[in-house]
Amino acid sequence: MLNTFVVYVENKPGVLARVSTLFRRRAYNIDSLTVGRTEKPEVSRMTIVVDADHDQALRIEATLYKLVNVLFVENITNEPAILRDLAMIKVAVTQEARTQVFKLAEVFNARVEDVAPESVTIEITGAEDKIDRLLEVLRPYGVLEMVRTGVVALRRGSKSSAAATASPTPTSANASEPGIHNEDVSYSV
Amino acid sequence: MIKSGAQILWECLEQQGVTEVFGYPGGAILPAYDALKYSNIHHILVRHEQGATHMADGYARASGRVGVAVATSGPGATNMVTGIATAMLDSSPIVCITGQVGSKLIGSDAFQETDITGVTLPITKHNYLVTRADEVARTISEAFYVASSGRPGPVLVDITKDAQQGTCEFDGKPIKPQLPGYRPDLSPTSEEYKHALELIHSAKRPVILAGHGIILSGAMQEVRTLAERANIPVGLTLLGLGAFPASHPLSLGMMGMHGEAWLNTTIQEADLLIALGMRFDDRVTGNLKTYAQNAKKIHVEIDRAEINKNVKVDVPLVGDLRAVLRELLPHVKQQEHREWIAYIDRMKGETAVRDIQNLPDSGHLYAAHVINDIWRETLGTETIVTTDVGQHQMWEAQYYKHEEPRTLITSGGLGTMGFALPAAIGAKVARPNAEVWVVVGDGGFQMTMSELATLVQEKLKIHIAIINNGYLGMVRQWQEFFYDRNYEATPLLNPNFVKLAEAYGIRSCAVTQRAEVVPAVKAARQHNGPVLLDFQVEQEDSVFPMVPAGAGLHEMIRRPSPIVETAADS
Repeated sequence: MLNTFVVYVENKPGVLARVSTLFRRRAYNIDSLTVGRTEKPEVSRMTIVVDADHDQALRIEATLYKLVNVLFVENITNEPAILRDLAMIKVAVTQEARTQVFKLAEVFNARVEDVAPESVTIEITGAEDKIDRLLEVLRPYGVLEMVRTGVVALRRGSKSSAAATASPTPTSANASEPGIHNEDVSYSV
Repeated sequence: MIKSGAQILWECLEQQGVTEVFGYPGGAILPAYDALKYSNIHHILVRHEQGATHMADGYARASGRVGVAVATSGPGATNMVTGIATAMLDSSPIVCITGQVGSKLIGSDAFQETDITGVTLPITKHNYLVTRADEVARTISEAFYVASSGRPGPVLVDITKDAQQGTCEFDGKPIKPQLPGYRPDLSPTSEEYKHALELIHSAKRPVILAGHGIILSGAMQEVRTLAERANIPVGLTLLGLGAFPASHPLSLGMMGMHGEAWLNTTIQEADLLIALGMRFDDRVTGNLKTYAQNAKKIHVEIDRAEINKNVKVDVPLVGDLRAVLRELLPHVKQQEHREWIAYIDRMKGETAVRDIQNLPDSGHLYAAHVINDIWRETLGTETIVTTDVGQHQMWEAQYYKHEEPRTLITSGGLGTMGFALPAAIGAKVARPNAEVWVVVGDGGFQMTMSELATLVQEKLKIHIAIINNGYLGMVRQWQEFFYDRNYEATPLLNPNFVKLAEAYGIRSCAVTQRAEVVPAVKAARQHNGPVLLDFQVEQEDSVFPMVPAGAGLHEMIRRPSPIVETAADS
């Protein structure tokens, strides 16, 4: 099954390579991986979707923690969470098809971002299956080009994954001492 | 005070307690070598960078302190790869320092440029690229901390030439590592302890699987207390040898592919495995589908990623072994397990008949005799044995009885040929008062024999016992058993090892008869300097028992009975 991991890492050169090397090394296939900044400049956040069974998912979590630059890992597969993928789809249209494509976009709450004489570009944000369904209905018109970002995920409710990442600012007086167990971090095996 | 990155490097190493480093100079590391004149650290010039890493590894395994290897960029760094992977697989704390081309040249395919942090990403515990002098001190502090804490492992620090040459303010004060994501000290929950105790107290046929983690954690006494109080027999992994005294009545010797038959059967018939600091390697388990099927499993392990990796366990206790056992021991009750231990003793008796020691002397010299005699001669002394990988390694594990931790230094996980000689040099440097024996095959010895020069240059009294059977013995054994005796590429054309040793100024002799072994070993020990003994042993002897790859742990090929063996010999 697909597992979704939220991974906080130190924002340092080479950390993405360390994480992706780990998945390659242990022969896990990444379904999607996104990485971006967080509210803290020294921390980056990854959303990694991997096909793995229950035991494999536990091992992935444990193995990620072995990377020195990984601050926090959470498997949110079975947690209430908002999962979003963004896609831009360029569709071939004729004069008469254009209105139909506009209507389909409207039904899916997608936006028309660009209109050219022989094409229309639609932007859609949503869960992956919603984007898959829009793609399916657009395909008969001719999809010229498409790009998807991969999934980003955030827990629902007030519980926050971010609270668990102690500030890793090297100069901070509050920086956690190495070797001291961080109470906020879960280590369920 | 303003200092160069190179000066800061050596000062920080001294702060970490480093007194010796093993290295080889070159262009990109020259500024660091130039600054050695300000340092008290003794630099040991090796003959190949692979040797430097194995020496650092041997140093670390003999002493428990971090070993340090130094090399230049490009080929110097890539030559370290085998040694780094060896240390990684055997959880050995080493720090490798490599020079790198100037930071402005990185990515330009400059002369002797290699992306060594990229190359070593999957075979280091962590690695660093240092491009500024003011990053050197913090990086060295973190490198030593990461290498030696939690599950130890190799750390590589790649320092650009300009970072070595550049200067910055350095007050000499130790810098604390800043590693917010690194938390090596985990501990089990009280519920997990409770569950483990229930299993220990209800087991009828328990066995302790003792691994390398006991030595790394320093938990020898705790393990002994556990075994003695609950009367649980102890089987050891290859890297665990020495963690529990071989002469102890509860010791069952080594387990696994070439482990003792009684122990492999014990494991298969047990109702509880207590795995202490070991990782259920495939050489230990055989076929996982049939491995200890009726046993509950407790796994005490510091690396959480090892839990349920190969064998699904009932109770994981994740944490430092010594700390976990200290928590557990006060609650462990006295037990007997008389029937179980008597049953194992009967199996031992049956197996002993097949032992090569019981063969009539047919005039052939067997490796087992050589190793057993070395053990007898060094009994009761502080002796460290290093080995490569292969037949001689397994015979060492079977016939040298290790009583103390850190007395066997061998490449287990990676199975590196050429490890033994440089590892012995590292071990002797770390523990100059210990007697050091290299037990090595004629194949592996030729992979790193250039380090004989290092040994002579450092005036180290090391004894080298080549188990010379004229073959890549273990590969030949596989060809004999599984490839219809097609000895493709395994017979070796060897140099005259005695003359070779003499060329280096090392005393040497060849031994071909069983009766010559003890006098040769005695003479070597009395000689004030290194000695190389060329033991020319039976060419087609095999290691028994053997669990073929993919077979169950109980499905062993056994040594033919002595009578059959004698008939075949004549």
